[in-house]
Amino acid sequence: MTKRYLSSIALALGLLVGATSALAAEEGGLPHAGTNVGDQASLQRGAKLFFNYCVGCHSLKYVRYSRLAEDLGLSEKDVMDNLNMTGAKFGEPVVSHMPEANAQQYFGKAPPDLSLEVRAKGADWVYGYLNSFYLDPSRPVGWNNAVFPNASMPNPLWELQGLQVAEKKPGEEAVEKLSLSQPGKLTPAEYQQATRDLTTFLEYAAEPAALQRQHYGIWVLLFLAGFTFLAYMLKKEFWKDVH
Amino acid sequence: MANVFTRIGDWVNERAPGLAPTYRKHMTEYYAPKNFNLWYYFGSLALLVLVNQIVTGIFLTMNYKTSAAEAFSSVEYIMRDVEWGWLIRYMHSTGASLFFVVVFLHMFRGLMYGSYHKPRELVWLLGMLIFLVLMAEAFMGYVLPWGNMSFWGAKVIISLFGTVPFIGSTLQEWIMGDFLPADATLNRFFALHVIALPLVLLLLVVLHLAALHEVGSNNPDGVDVKHGPKGNRWDANKPADAIPFHPYYTVKDLFGVGFFLIIAAFIIFFAPTFGGWFLEHDNFIPANNLVTPTHIKPVWYFTPFYAILRMIPSFFGTAFWGVLAMFGAIALLFVLPWIDAGKVRSIRYRGAGYKWSLGLFAVSFIALGAVGAGVVAELIPEWFGNVDVTFWENAFGRVMTLIYFGYFVFLWCYTHLGWEKTKLVPERVTTHD
Repeated sequence: MTKRYLSSIALALGLLVGATSALAAEEGGLPHAGTNVGDQASLQRGAKLFFNYCVGCHSLKYVRYSRLAEDLGLSEKDVMDNLNMTGAKFGEPVVSHMPEANAQQYFGKAPPDLSLEVRAKGADWVYGYLNSFYLDPSRPVGWNNAVFPNASMPNPLWELQGLQVAEKKPGEEAVEKLSLSQPGKLTPAEYQQATRDLTTFLEYAAEPAALQRQHYGIWVLLFLAGFTFLAYMLKKEFWKDVH
Repeated sequence: MANVFTRIGDWVNERAPGLAPTYRKHMTEYYAPKNFNLWYYFGSLALLVLVNQIVTGIFLTMNYKTSAAEAFSSVEYIMRDVEWGWLIRYMHSTGASLFFVVVFLHMFRGLMYGSYHKPRELVWLLGMLIFLVLMAEAFMGYVLPWGNMSFWGAKVIISLFGTVPFIGSTLQEWIMGDFLPADATLNRFFALHVIALPLVLLLLVVLHLAALHEVGSNNPDGVDVKHGPKGNRWDANKPADAIPFHPYYTVKDLFGVGFFLIIAAFIIFFAPTFGGWFLEHDNFIPANNLVTPTHIKPVWYFTPFYAILRMIPSFFGTAFWGVLAMFGAIALLFVLPWIDAGKVRSIRYRGAGYKWSLGLFAVSFIALGAVGAGVVAELIPEWFGNVDVTFWENAFGRVMTLIYFGYFVFLWCYTHLGWEKTKLVPERVTTHD
C-alpha cells in the first residue's frame, strides 16, 4: 500500500518538478546579482546611489518618499534633506525633473520609469546591465551595453566604475569580454557591491511588499504547521474506529 | 444556552422542514466509500480555492479601476498603498494557478479510477463544463491587470476566433468591441470575470455535487459499494464499506486543507511570481500595442492546449485546423465516458495497455505544456547544441500531440474491440486511508 502511495505522490509532484526544472533554464548568461532586500544597510546605500545618479532622468512613480522613509528606516528629515531633490512633498511619489520632451531629444527615447524594472527584467539583468557598459564611438552618446546592445543610455556611474572597453571577435557583434581601460574611484569589487546595492534598492522599489511578506510569512507558516498537526491528530482520533 | 439553540433550531424546522434532511443527505448521511486515498483531496481543495477566489476577488474589485488608462496603475496601487492589498492580490493570483493544479489532479484522478464510467457520466460532464468555464474565467482575469502580456495574450487568443471561416474577422471585432484589445474589451472582460462567469461556475459546482450525491462517490478500487453488503454502524440499510461524509471526510479534508495551505502560503509569502510562472515578467510592463514581448505565450495552465494549436500546420491557407484541434483536445475529454467502454473502472484492475496509455497520456500533456511554454525551444540548443530548433521543437511537439490524441483512439479500440484483459475486481474495497 505504501508503495502505491509513494507512486501517487511521485506522480503528483511530477507536474511541479517539471515546472521547476524548467525554471532553471530561464536564466541565460547573466551574472548573479546576489541581492537581499532584507538588508537595510544595502537598501540605504542603494537609495543614496539612486538619488545621486539616477533620479535626474528616471522616475519611480509608484514609490512615495514617505513609504521609503518608513521601509528604509530613515526619518522624514533624512529623506527630505538628502534624497528628495525635486521639492516634492513627503507623501508624493518620486518623479524625475527631466521633461519628457527634452529626454526624447537627448536620448532618442524617454528614460523609462524604473518602479517595476526589476520585476520586468529580473535582478540579475539589472545588475548585469549596470556592469556591462563599454565605450563605443559608433553610438550617438559614445556608450554601448553588452547586456542590452545599442541601449541609448550612457553609463551614469562611469566615475565610479571607470571606463570599460569591449573585445569582440573580428566580424562579430557579440561582446566577447569587457575590460577596464581606465580605473574609476572604486575598485572593481567596490563597484560590484555598489551596483548590487543599487539593484537591491530597485528590487525593493519594484515590490515594497517583499519586506512585509517575508516578515509575516514565517509566522503564517508556523501557524499553519500547528493547525495541520492538530487537524491530523483530530483526523486520527475520528478515524480510530474505521476498519 | 443550549436551550436557546434548540429553540432556534425548532423555530427554523417548523418553517423550513426540508433544511435538516438536506443537510443530512449531503453531510452526515452521505455515505462515502471508506478507502479514499491522497487523490481524493483535490475536489474539496478546488472548492476551497473557489471560495478564496471569490472572497479575495470581491476585495480586489473595491480598488481596481476598470479602464485601459488606469487598470495597470490601480493594480500597483493595490500592491503598495492599499492596506494588505498585496496579500489579497497574491492570494488571488496564486489561487488562480493552484486552482488549475488541483483541478488537473482532480481530473487525472477521474481518469485513473474510472470515475466517469456509468453511472457517473453526468458528474463527469458537469465537471468538464466547470473546467471549460474555469478556463474562460482565468483567461479574462489574466487580461485585467492590463500588462503587456495581458494585452498580447488577449490579442492572440481572440485572434483564434478570427480563423473561423467566413465570419472570423467580424466575430473577432464583436468579441473585442474594437479592432484591438482596448478599453471596451477590458470593460466587458471585467463584467464577465467578476459576475457572469462566477455565477455560472457556482451553479455548475452545485449541480456537479448534486449529481455526485445522487449516484455516490467512486473509490480507488472502482468497487460499487452500493451493490456490496449492507449495514454499517450508523444505518442497517447503507453500504457496509461506506462512512458518513461528516465528520469522517470533513476532518480528513481539514488535514488536507492545512497541508495545501502550507504550500499555498509558501508561494504567496516567499515566491509569489513563482519564478515568472504564476505572474510573468512581461506583465509588469504596461500594455503597449507597439511593443511585442519577445515570447508571447499564455500562462502555464493553458500551455498544453496552446502547444497543440501551434503544432498543427496550416492547410488550404487557413490556420483554423489548429484551433479545431485545440478545442478537439478538450471536446474528446467530454465524450470520454463513451470512448472508454472498459468493464472495469479502477486502474488497479485494468489491463496493462490501459496503464501504459494513461501514463503516456499524462507524459504527453506535461510535454505539450513544456512546448507551449517555450521550455522545449530553450532546452534543445542547450542539450543538443547547434541544431534547427524549430524543426526539432515541431517534431517533438507533433509526436506528443499524436500521443495525446492517440490515447483516445487507442482507448476506443482497446475497449470496444475487446482487447483489454482485466484483473479480477474484489467484492469489497481493499483498504482505507
